[in-house]
Amino acid sequence: MNIYVLMKRTFDTEEKIVIENGRVSDDGVNFIINPYDEFAIEEAIKLKDAHGGEVTVVTVGSEDAEKELRTALAMGCDKAVLISTEDVEDTDQWSTAEILAAYFKDKSFDIILGGNVSNDNGTGQIGPRLAEKLGIPHVSTIVKLEINGNQATIERDAEGDTEIIEASLPLLVTAQQGLNEPRYPSLPGIMKAKKKPLEVLELDDLDLDEDDVEAKTETVEVFLPPKKQAGRILEGDADSQAKELVRLLKSEAKVI
Amino acid sequence: MSNTAEKALKGGSFLVDELTPDQMFVPEDLTEEQQMIAKTTQDYIQNEVLPHMETLEKQDLELTKKLLRKAGDLGLLGADVPEAYGGLGLDKISSSLITEKFALARSFSLSYGAHVGIGSLPIVLFGTPEQKQKYLPDLATGKKFAAYALTEPGSGSDALGAKTTAKLNEAGTHYILNGEKQWITNSGFADVFVVYAKVDGDKFTAFIVEREFPGVSTGAEEKKMGIKASSTRTLILEDVPVPVENVLGEIGKGHKIAFNILNIGRYKLAVGCVGAAKRVLEVAVRYANGRKQFNTPISSFTLIQNKLANMAIQTYAAESSVYRTVGLFRDRMDNLTEEEINDGAKVAEAIAEYAIECSLNKVFASEALDYIVDEAVQIHGGYGYMQEYEVEGAYRDSRINRIFEGTNEINRLLVPSQILRKTMKGDLPLLQKAQTLQEELLMLMPEEPGDAPLDQERYLLKNAKKVFLMVAGLGVQKFGKNLEHEQELLANVADIVSNIYAMESVITRTQKAIDKTGLEKNQQKLLMTEVFCQEAFQKIEALAKESLLVIEEGDNLRMMLSALRKLTRFTPSNVVAKKRAIAQNVMKAETYIV
Repeated sequence: MNIYVLMKRTFDTEEKIVIENGRVSDDGVNFIINPYDEFAIEEAIKLKDAHGGEVTVVTVGSEDAEKELRTALAMGCDKAVLISTEDVEDTDQWSTAEILAAYFKDKSFDIILGGNVSNDNGTGQIGPRLAEKLGIPHVSTIVKLEINGNQATIERDAEGDTEIIEASLPLLVTAQQGLNEPRYPSLPGIMKAKKKPLEVLELDDLDLDEDDVEAKTETVEVFLPPKKQAGRILEGDADSQAKELVRLLKSEAKVI
Repeated sequence: MSNTAEKALKGGSFLVDELTPDQMFVPEDLTEEQQMIAKTTQDYIQNEVLPHMETLEKQDLELTKKLLRKAGDLGLLGADVPEAYGGLGLDKISSSLITEKFALARSFSLSYGAHVGIGSLPIVLFGTPEQKQKYLPDLATGKKFAAYALTEPGSGSDALGAKTTAKLNEAGTHYILNGEKQWITNSGFADVFVVYAKVDGDKFTAFIVEREFPGVSTGAEEKKMGIKASSTRTLILEDVPVPVENVLGEIGKGHKIAFNILNIGRYKLAVGCVGAAKRVLEVAVRYANGRKQFNTPISSFTLIQNKLANMAIQTYAAESSVYRTVGLFRDRMDNLTEEEINDGAKVAEAIAEYAIECSLNKVFASEALDYIVDEAVQIHGGYGYMQEYEVEGAYRDSRINRIFEGTNEINRLLVPSQILRKTMKGDLPLLQKAQTLQEELLMLMPEEPGDAPLDQERYLLKNAKKVFLMVAGLGVQKFGKNLEHEQELLANVADIVSNIYAMESVITRTQKAIDKTGLEKNQQKLLMTEVFCQEAFQKIEALAKESLLVIEEGDNLRMMLSALRKLTRFTPSNVVAKKRAIAQNVMKAETYIV
């Protein structure tokens, strides 16, 4: 089976967000594999264990992501590909999907797995956009995956309910929490990882020009959520409390 | 490869040579792979072990075994075991990182340490190929567990005074062991014990004893002040037949194994203390930032900041010293040839080379941690005294570090005696250096250090080494062979040496970092180095003064005190302000930060 995983390098979920010059500062921040992509990696390795084949993990971004790719290799992926966008001024989800589509153009694959969203931008667009460009079916937020021959039986999280979907390969799926428990890279895995191939591609290698993938969107402003205010306890009997609550929701919070 | 081993610095040479940044391993040198190993260990501890800490502390030994086996599945038990025997044969830096991260799990890390360290290493380092083949694959994967049995009720620091006996049976096939070994970590569940006993009444010898051998039993669990997750019992040996092929090393040469395993145990203990210190600082600063009194976080009070800064500085000094030492071990041990590895004497030699450094680290790191846990409790106020708070346990757990693997008193005494031995053997040119210094002292002119970063600290270090030479030299002159009876003086010398080692470690680490990434990015390191060196130097001065008063009197004393004053003259800086700045960075990061 030819298995591909899309991986993004993101902020450690425990990092404090600091905004500097209108951007989220990454000074001294810890980076990790996007947690949803970790589910995808784990599932890919399980598929390989069950059906044989090869897992290739692909990322688009800065060359610093080599570290996270090595971690994926240490978990059990066989090959890694880093498509460097260091020469591009600004990229967005459109750019990333465009680059991935160019990469997959001449690849043969049975399944592509990715995370449902990234824990930084959280748009959840890459998977669906890529599937659309490749002209293959996609199922998002999956929590269970079984493959039999050419058929996939999938459970997906539909806002708390479970939807059961059957789809045929080739297929793209995005992972939701609950799909599996990602393994830690074992020490033997870590030792093996350094000998596994990690290919770095420039946009040139994909016949793309920087201008072809410049972001279509522009970030106008970045700001932190407002500081949580102290709660307020309403006084009086239930009736007057309810009245006061409605008044506050209308006049202060302006939500009704 | 053996060139590297030869290139490795000589033990104790720091007293006479200057250390250059490229000669010292620093945590900033960690490879990507080593960082991944640390991360896997940390994830394993955080996700698999910490949720069970409460149960583990009630001594659920089945759970301990289960969790250790899980560690085995990840390869964490095989770091120090060669690949040929089912381990991973990792470098000493990697195995130290694992030890450091295990410390997050407090006393569970003792079960781990006793197994992979003092339990398995005697076989790794001194076993025959057959013994290695028989025991190591199971120990490296967690199929079996190991323990180390040296101490007896009547012999603690005096390890060679053991009373356990071994007598060859008539058929010459088995040694019959009788005796009791006390306070044996992992004894509740270990399958394999390395036991020391005396053959024919005086030949101190190591044996591999299996739990299943007839006559092996253990006593009740000890009720300890701390480290409650670890199993500590008496190992009872009653007419235990141990096959002759289970003699470890040579008959009568057990002390070589015992002392060298202690050396390794000491640096590993220091590594663990560094891991614990980082964690405790993190817990303390988070508490200080979150706890409000008088409507303001207590971390905004400068007396609390002062504590946080001191804790950070001690951690930095311990971490820098310990990893420097691990680097020395890596350079020497990891580069032994296959042949040398199979020659126990060569292995013992390589370890013994750094006996001084091992003792220094053990003392420094265990006392740094004890200071840090104490202040962490203090920062927590009354809550720090309550069992629901992590620092309460950390405080109790820390105390044993100053006692086991050789008490800090024994380790202090070992430092000057090892230095003296090396000097007498001609391995350390201290006598020549002391002579040159004597001439220099007569016409000593105060020097002005430069004002580039670390100039002042290097100046202090240079003079600290001279102070050491003066005090040690005079001590030897005065007391000669009777020096060993002047324990207070010896301890003072050890403390002077310890401060020198730590000063040099932080200076060189900070210099290396500045060379690599510039001054701007290393402000915290620089501040901590400046404060540490000034305070360490002041301690050295006080220790030296007290020592001179022991050694000299009359005019000689006055002359030497005057020389000391010249050697220790410098312009101190405002450490209070610097500590506030250090604390601010710790408070912002809410963790140990360099």
